[in-house]
Amino acid sequence: MEIKKGIGVSPGVVISTAIVLDAEDLVVPRRHVEPQAVEHEVRRFEEAMARSLAELNALRENVAQKYSKEIGDILNFHIGVLRDRDLADPVINTIRQQKVTAEYAVSVVLRRYASNFSAISDRYLSERVKDIFDIERRIMHNLVGQKQESLAHLSSDVVVIAHDLLPSQTAALDRAHVKGFATDVGGRTSHTAIVARAMGIPAVVGLGNITAEVSSGDRIILDGNRGVVIINPDAEQLAEHREYERRREVLEAELRELVSLPAVTLDGHAVSLYANIEFPEEVDEAIRRGAAGIGLYRTEFLYMASQKEPTEEDHYNAYAESLRRLGGRPLVIRTLDLGADKYTQARSPTPERNPFLGDRSIRMCLHDIPMFKRQLRAILRSSVLGDVRIMFPMISTLMELRQARMVLKDVMEELDDEGVPYRADIPVGMMIEVPSAALMANQFAREVNFFSIGTNDLIQYTLAVDRTNEKVAGLFCPAHPSVLLLIRDVIRAGQRNDISVSVCGEMAGEPLYTLLLLGLGLTLFSMNSTDIGEVKRIIRSTTIEHARQVARKVMSFDSERQILHFLREETRGIVPDIF
Amino acid sequence: MATASRDTVVRNRLGLHARPAMQFVDLATRFRSNIRVVSGGQRPGEADGKSVMQMIVLAAVEGTPLTIRAEGEDADRAVQELAELVESGFGED
Repeated sequence: MEIKKGIGVSPGVVISTAIVLDAEDLVVPRRHVEPQAVEHEVRRFEEAMARSLAELNALRENVAQKYSKEIGDILNFHIGVLRDRDLADPVINTIRQQKVTAEYAVSVVLRRYASNFSAISDRYLSERVKDIFDIERRIMHNLVGQKQESLAHLSSDVVVIAHDLLPSQTAALDRAHVKGFATDVGGRTSHTAIVARAMGIPAVVGLGNITAEVSSGDRIILDGNRGVVIINPDAEQLAEHREYERRREVLEAELRELVSLPAVTLDGHAVSLYANIEFPEEVDEAIRRGAAGIGLYRTEFLYMASQKEPTEEDHYNAYAESLRRLGGRPLVIRTLDLGADKYTQARSPTPERNPFLGDRSIRMCLHDIPMFKRQLRAILRSSVLGDVRIMFPMISTLMELRQARMVLKDVMEELDDEGVPYRADIPVGMMIEVPSAALMANQFAREVNFFSIGTNDLIQYTLAVDRTNEKVAGLFCPAHPSVLLLIRDVIRAGQRNDISVSVCGEMAGEPLYTLLLLGLGLTLFSMNSTDIGEVKRIIRSTTIEHARQVARKVMSFDSERQILHFLREETRGIVPDIF
Repeated sequence: MATASRDTVVRNRLGLHARPAMQFVDLATRFRSNIRVVSGGQRPGEADGKSVMQMIVLAAVEGTPLTIRAEGEDADRAVQELAELVESGFGED
């Protein structure tokens, strides 16, 4: 038995079987093989190498004609690496000497090269580590072939163990059988955490080196409340956690009783609680937990779920499906918000130096109008099926907003010409997640129908903190007075111009901030559906007067520590068992 | 067995990255001689001139001194052509 401590980012306790993923979406199988199977592993490796080479040669033929010389050069390099005895010989030696699977040997040898590359100080040369991972992935695919256990089709319940889950991996998950996540890296706002909370399954991140310490098939207790993973637990641990699991279910049942009750304060001030989703299928769970609508539909997953860019029909089908499940409730569709993520950067021929300040989100869309239009067409076409609203992300200047609106207008004219019906007065809103937009909220408010504050990015850009960098993540704090000033002013600008303002970032779902946001005048909270119960409980336990007092007091403090302490005390005062 | 050796310096701005390393290896494998490349500079190292993995790990940036050694019947021609390739900057800037 071994106990590992990490950061619990999605609550719940689960006892299940581990499945360990490598850097990509492949399951690294058990490491050791019987002595008589060693030569079989060597043969499998050699066959996989031959297939990989054949693929690359074919690809090069294709690419050389169609694309740039640069891509041809990269493929040449990959071919050179595959032919290099310095790759094949160490792998074969590893298989024979350590009696391990070909997959494991490939992974060990290539990781060794990759770490050599990463150590190179020259940025251009060290970038080659990506090529090494690419080559590893290709060999792995050819090794595992059809017998790979795909994450999309699992036969039994598992806890997924990975270094860091990539959006492309979570997009393809078999959601019926994945019962928890545990990763080496990450924080409260990492992708893994967001997806786990959206799925309502426990997750623990920042475990250091869990992928090396767990093998597929190990029994695991994953405790998302305490941030603990127990590998191969003893009987006592099992009994204790089964009890814990049971108690949690009782609490969940209590929160469920709140579902049908309105989100209204003791003195009659009503607010709306919406849910954030990534997949149409999540709508049911959101409604079951009391969401009055979807305040943020993240459409990136349409792009990540497959290798190809989604067609207009792919978009349309997803929106239509969501609307059908919503039965008339509102659906706020955020247009594509990709760019500063591993998914895009890994696929880009020229990764950016500073992607969070780069060609991301609305900027990326405005650089690829045909792609942007495909999505807008689908949104407009779906607008006759229900209450659809469009939201542009990452707007930082008025010009961007106007350009985006112009493209939307173009698409409307195209639809007019084709005689395709849509809702002409579809509400158009924008996210406030860049300080420049927050500071100019008054101007923006005259040109949109609603604001939605994306706190994760707003905090990152205001405080200049990368929340996924463990060394500075401690500086990332929604309660920083500067962030709160921006949020307050955006809400005020909305009120003055009579447009709705919501918060759809993590902050909206954290019970610690409910009183404050309520007191600042927020009327629409959009969060992961698992958080709706707790937030509603706080709203139903306070008065708007009290919340306003709390907000006034908070705005008089000058340090986040003071603010956090005060909010914790005030929240406990009305709901004692909350934290 | 004939041996030959020649000193040269990496000229191109991006150094011995994937494409030049591959060009070097492609040329080196046309010779029967064994080819070793010794790099000086900040991170000295030695590589088999016919292994692209080893050549990349040299991490020879612009300005890195290289010694190309060959051993075999075509050693002279090998070091000469390989040194010329390096000095040409691999057709880059």
